[in-house]
Amino acid sequence: MYGVGGGGGGFNASSTASGRRRNQEEDEEDDEEETGDGRVLEAWERAYADDRSWEALQEDESGLLRPIDTKNLVHSQYRRRLLLRSAAAAVRIQKGLIRYLYIVIDLSRAASEMDYRPSRMAVVAKCAEAFIREFFDQNPLSHVGLVTIKDGISHRLTDIGGSPESQIKALMGKLECSGDSSLQNALELIHGYLNQIPSYGHKEVLILYSALNTCDPGDVMETVEKCKKSKIRCSVIGLAAEIFICKHLCEETGGSYTVALDESHFKELLLEHAPPPPAIAEYAAANLIKMGFPQRGAEDLISICSCHKKIKSGAEGYICPRCKVNVCELPTECRTCGLTLVSSPHLARSYHHLFPVAPFDEVTFKLGQKGGQNCYGCQQSLINSDSQSNLHVRCPKCNQHFCFDCDIYIHESLHNCPGCESQRSFSS
Amino acid sequence: MTSAHSKLYSDDVSLVVVIVDTNPFFWAGAALPFADFFGHLIHFVNSLLLLNHLNQVVVIAAGVSSCAYVFDSGNAAASGSPDVAATFAKASRKVEEFVKQDARDTAGNGTVAGGGAASLFSGALSLALCYIQRVFRSGTRHPQPRILCLQGSPDGPEQYVAVMNSIFSAQRSMVPIDSCIVGTQDSAFLQQASYITGGVYLKPQELSGLFQYLAAVFASDLHSRAFLRLPKTLGVDFRASCFCHKKTIDMGYVCSVCLSIFCKYHKKCSTCGSEFSRVMPDLNSMPDQK
Repeated sequence: MYGVGGGGGGFNASSTASGRRRNQEEDEEDDEEETGDGRVLEAWERAYADDRSWEALQEDESGLLRPIDTKNLVHSQYRRRLLLRSAAAAVRIQKGLIRYLYIVIDLSRAASEMDYRPSRMAVVAKCAEAFIREFFDQNPLSHVGLVTIKDGISHRLTDIGGSPESQIKALMGKLECSGDSSLQNALELIHGYLNQIPSYGHKEVLILYSALNTCDPGDVMETVEKCKKSKIRCSVIGLAAEIFICKHLCEETGGSYTVALDESHFKELLLEHAPPPPAIAEYAAANLIKMGFPQRGAEDLISICSCHKKIKSGAEGYICPRCKVNVCELPTECRTCGLTLVSSPHLARSYHHLFPVAPFDEVTFKLGQKGGQNCYGCQQSLINSDSQSNLHVRCPKCNQHFCFDCDIYIHESLHNCPGCESQRSFSS
Repeated sequence: MTSAHSKLYSDDVSLVVVIVDTNPFFWAGAALPFADFFGHLIHFVNSLLLLNHLNQVVVIAAGVSSCAYVFDSGNAAASGSPDVAATFAKASRKVEEFVKQDARDTAGNGTVAGGGAASLFSGALSLALCYIQRVFRSGTRHPQPRILCLQGSPDGPEQYVAVMNSIFSAQRSMVPIDSCIVGTQDSAFLQQASYITGGVYLKPQELSGLFQYLAAVFASDLHSRAFLRLPKTLGVDFRASCFCHKKTIDMGYVCSVCLSIFCKYHKKCSTCGSEFSRVMPDLNSMPDQK
């Protein structure tokens, strides 16, 4: 029914990075036999396979094994990310803050591969959960839906919506894999759904692809063209190797294509999709959206909420300012009059994208320098006791010194520079 | 039932970061003189430290032109002076120095126009959160942190974005922000802060008994709070104010690019410069109901 069928798939994968990982098509049969025999890892094997302690070691210049200096490593990784981001922000690109994102999870046979522990599927589910939470944290007015591909058919797991809990629950309940995967079926399905959203929203698809092939009923290239025409931004994160069709899809639709090396890399790649992408002017029309800011109802008001049809006292819900109907949760759309209902903290949550903290400069500590021996944020001493590196950072605006940990916290979570905020002339 | 060791370590040990408003414009006309207020504060800090010998208190002063750490019980204990009186004499000297320095900074800065200036709570909150992150990094058996804001001066609208950023960061790391208003006006910022982070918001009626309020409401650790009947926050105002007239509105227009709020339709967004094609007839997003 779907394409040519068989293990090879309708679309042949050109695996450019195949040397890195075992060729799965060949190994598939072997794996099945193994699991069929019920071969279980010995206890001692499991201990080593799970924590991979050897990966935390590196050789130093004299050939001795040392544990990797994780603190500096984490910090240098973070700096790279930060500088990349601020370089993009310097041009003052408008961001797409209202996003409609479908996450496609590939639950074909390839997702049961065990090169990720315990399996690709479990890793994808775990990271997807973290991603959904982070996504709503960073994009409070956006919507997410889930789609799975299994047995060559794509299936919509959840309706597009604004609540992280219901999405995660639906995902965790449906974790089993079989059959082939089909890019075309998934894209066609999503294309149908995303066509209904309002014009100011940014349409996005994020595909977490385990398979090395796609088994399609027709010409997948036509579907790619269709997505491009509908301005749907498609991104793919591969778990196996680079595939031509995924790359083509991402290039055509303006998305990004990345292939994960291991679990932590996969998570990192996934979380890169959480901050809003730069808005491309023609992708979504700028518009003023009419919104309501509902207040909590009075304590003694008893009404029926429009979302669960349950009797609630007024203090448990919010009252739509236009039609006075009771809703339980924000942000939402009024069921009666269609007004978008938000609270002001929801809007404030995304303001940090618009006023980012400038990246701090790296400086080395000079001996004999006056004052500033403690991190301005957390009061920790900046002089390392083992004096391996006296590297720390300084805010270019207020000239206060910070330790690496505070640097990461300030840019990743706080989005305020404590030094600038503590000076009258700088606080705007 | 909670296990024995979680009771000993994680539930009852608290780290309290107290943010004190030292705004001279406010204290000059306050009903409660600053000296009396400071006396109440010292008693409160002392009782927190007495409740559990592992408790830790950090005091941050928020002035008009600067913010600074003025007391850290961790440092005081490490320096080896068991004399409580000496420790607090040192702390009050530090506050005095800070207030003087702050006054000099304020005088040297022409932008602060006379009275009515707000204290820099955004900076103090940011410092407090950085300190708390350091405690989180110190290991799994860290004390339970919380922040207590003692605010007197009115909110500074220019700090809105920074204060909200701090609130969300506190919420993410599950740090409750308690607030006690020693001034005459309610603070909309701190009401939201306490509501969002699950802290207690209180505006004492009788300021001469401030210590009793502090001890009864804010001294209990987070675990014990579940058993207490603490003041409930009533009527947090979540309505937004528009960017154009700073009016509080029920319904308004929001720019789809930068989420700026306007009370009426504009042709161009004043924040991000996007030009709007036309008004969204908002009824077209009506869900298809059966």
